[in-house]
Amino acid sequence: MSFDESHGAPKGSSMRTPLGRVRNLGAAHSGTSDFWRQRLTGVALTLLMIPALVIIMMLLGPNQVRAAQILSSLPVAVILLLFIFACTWHMKIGMQVVIEDYVHNEKLKLVSVMLNNFFTIAVALASTYAILKLSSGV
Amino acid sequence: MQVYRWTLTMALSIVHRATGIALYVGTLLLVWWLVAAASGPAAYANVQAFTGSIIGRLIVFGYTWALMHHMLSGIRHFVWDLGYGFKPNEREALTWGALIGGIVLTVLIWIIGYAIGGGR
Repeated sequence: MSFDESHGAPKGSSMRTPLGRVRNLGAAHSGTSDFWRQRLTGVALTLLMIPALVIIMMLLGPNQVRAAQILSSLPVAVILLLFIFACTWHMKIGMQVVIEDYVHNEKLKLVSVMLNNFFTIAVALASTYAILKLSSGV
Repeated sequence: MQVYRWTLTMALSIVHRATGIALYVGTLLLVWWLVAAASGPAAYANVQAFTGSIIGRLIVFGYTWALMHHMLSGIRHFVWDLGYGFKPNEREALTWGALIGGIVLTVLIWIIGYAIGGGR
């Protein structure tokens, strides 16, 4: 058996793999999942930026009737739904990182993280509902 | 106690957070706009009156810059995540790129916006 120093732990101290050691760690006991999702949604938002900007440009002039028509078209609705999903998830994680960095009072931190969840979920659901309502033409 | 020499990358790290927070709050405008579009002509006219006003335009202009800067600054973080761009001249170049690129993209977007009739 060869000794593999690159895996960190002293020889013989543990049979756990590097992945096993980081799983479920961190304040939320979810390991590095938020770190990964922050980057996943960041890449998604970067890719969605040009189509989203095109849609906003299309909506600069028209009145509500024409705007509702544009927003209810399938590609526009899907792009906006993807954008809102990625955006609200990204900003929920980002704000939580900021809260955890600067709010040191445990109770205040808990309340802040909770309000952050409420706000982002409200933004996500209200926007999604609006787009679905426009798409269904009710 | 300030023990660090203030560097460009440190300052821009704060700006990345600040623009992130501004974008977070600014999603209220996105919600208002979408809900108004789903509500009807009167509600939508209110949004258009606001975004067409001087204050509204300033807010949306600031929002455009925050979005573009945060995106480019974020791409800079992706480059670092992948393990590149850590040499002093490289990280400075990436940071200046995000700073200047954010301003250039913002102006470009507004020129296009006005050109296709957003100026009204």
